[in-house]
Amino acid sequence: MVSFLTYLVNGISLGSVYAIIALGYTMVYGIAKMLNFAHGDVIMIGGYMAYCAAMYMKLPVIVCVLFAMVICTLLGILIERFAYKPLRMATSLAVLITAIGMSYLLQNAALLIWGSTPKSFPQLFNFGSMKLFDGEMIIPGTSVLTIAANIVIMLLLTWFTGKTKMGKAMRAVSEDKGAAELMGINVNQTISTTFAIGSALAAVAGILLCSSYPNLMPTTGSMPGIKAFTAAVFGGIGSIPGAMIGGILLGIIEILGKAYVSQELGDAFVFAVLIVVLLVKPTGLLGKKIHEKV
Amino acid sequence: MKKISKTTKSNFITYALVIVAFIFCQIWLKGVIPGFKMGKALRGQMVPICVYIVMAISLNLVVGISGELSLGHAGFMSVGAFTGAVASAWLLGAFAMENEILRLIIAMLMGGCIAAIAGVIIGVPVLRLRGDYLAIVTLAFGEIIKNVMNCMYFSLDGGRLYVAFNDPSLPGKMLIDGPKGTKGVSTIASFGMGFALIIVTLIVVLNLINSRSGRAIMAIRDNRIAAESVGLNITKYKMMAFVTSSAICGMAGALYGLNYSSVVATKFNFNTSILVLVFVVLGGIGNIRGSIIAAALLTILPELLREFADYRMLVYAIVLILVMLATNNPKLRLLIDNIVGKIKGGKHSAKEADKA
Repeated sequence: MVSFLTYLVNGISLGSVYAIIALGYTMVYGIAKMLNFAHGDVIMIGGYMAYCAAMYMKLPVIVCVLFAMVICTLLGILIERFAYKPLRMATSLAVLITAIGMSYLLQNAALLIWGSTPKSFPQLFNFGSMKLFDGEMIIPGTSVLTIAANIVIMLLLTWFTGKTKMGKAMRAVSEDKGAAELMGINVNQTISTTFAIGSALAAVAGILLCSSYPNLMPTTGSMPGIKAFTAAVFGGIGSIPGAMIGGILLGIIEILGKAYVSQELGDAFVFAVLIVVLLVKPTGLLGKKIHEKV
Repeated sequence: MKKISKTTKSNFITYALVIVAFIFCQIWLKGVIPGFKMGKALRGQMVPICVYIVMAISLNLVVGISGELSLGHAGFMSVGAFTGAVASAWLLGAFAMENEILRLIIAMLMGGCIAAIAGVIIGVPVLRLRGDYLAIVTLAFGEIIKNVMNCMYFSLDGGRLYVAFNDPSLPGKMLIDGPKGTKGVSTIASFGMGFALIIVTLIVVLNLINSRSGRAIMAIRDNRIAAESVGLNITKYKMMAFVTSSAICGMAGALYGLNYSSVVATKFNFNTSILVLVFVVLGGIGNIRGSIIAAALLTILPELLREFADYRMLVYAIVLILVMLATNNPKLRLLIDNIVGKIKGGKHSAKEADKA
């Protein structure tokens, strides 16, 4: 029972990272209707930025996190401006391939700068761990932090999209780009803001991911990226609570699957659950039903 | 004389292109003209080029002709590669089949059959979904196949084949050793066979596209509801394209698997699926000839960029982004079309401008 609870907490913690990444995917998809495959690599860049800030510049933890977030935000805006904006009118496949090209570009740039040997991520957050049930169950401090960060981000995003002017503009653009433009919303700026937010979240996710799994490589972001994308689809792509639920469920399924079914087949298990969910609910758990016009 | 239709002419050009390229490569390989002989690095790329061309054609059948984005085609390649490696060793061990060409052909056919079965199993659930959801499920299946293949063990003991899942203790000589992949494969794949596979693939795919079924598949792609209302069986035609494509992928995979003495399951990951998708998109979606050219050029490109050493994948990524921007940005597109139109003369330019 205690071991089950430990796995569950680990799962929620991993799932929280997936959820934060998935939020970036889902927001960009909701607004720009594109699958941003480079998102996973922005996570990796975020990790490296925090690593550099902590190791070479010896900055305090909060500044490290902010530094990584600022750099990733700028990177997100630049990527959007130079690679995706010229393709606003192009087919979705063309944008997809450009995103993949961007992903290669970031990975190989990181490979040139930092080399292929894994860097061991510094212990940024030095909290003790929580002990429950007379010390039988140990919850690492980073897990608590990850889950807390996830909840805070979720609440902030819900407030942002629901109450602020920019958030309302985002929802309007994702509903109907043309109509939003007629209402005086600057569509390009709104899309840029979405990319900025998504990338800042990616930086946070990168730092949290590397704090739990301290192996930093140029390919660190790709598999979590794919899984977070899966999580976004799982919860219904385009829906913010969906990304949250999808991410956490996916994390739990992965950890429990690895613990109780098979270590090697953990990933296969995650994808199998995704397939089953999509067969029952073809647009994900919280996805909107697509109505077909004849 | 009977007038040749436009599609027949176009198909003829495609076949001619492949045959001329093959003859050219043979001259280059054998060094018939003195001082004109292919380098070692490029020689090793000849079979992979054929494999990727075939993969690109088969993915184009799904993405371009059937209009479904598949991100898991490397999975079928993986099934084919492992089946091919086992089949080849089994034929040699159990039936003492020494003839390499015959063994290669049977191994490829078996790889194709098993991949087609995988295609049916995957196609039934996948093709019920649409758009990005379909793409993610194909991705999921690709990853599942990769993980399952990582746990497969095959061994051959005195002509008997042993199979195990997640259990490495098998008698006899290991053929597939779980995460370590295929072991000690006799590399019987040849460039000539690669060429033959391309031609067979072209015959199958081009004839399918120009048949009644092919037109039905394209009608479903263009407007599913309209196609359904004139009585086309949607599932049947989508499955036809998907399973044909997976069978061809399996054959290409078998050729690939028999080209190296060892191939691991993780080779056929998401990145490989994406690589082939890049060929298809850059070559032009739905354009078979484009796929062939793009696959060949983009497989050679990293070799040509060897002098850039560490920078070559970076250059590859930049080239990829720039090409996508250049071919898809409406402003640039209009500019290019206008220039092309001016060169070709006024008749075409009006038509091109309309399209843009």
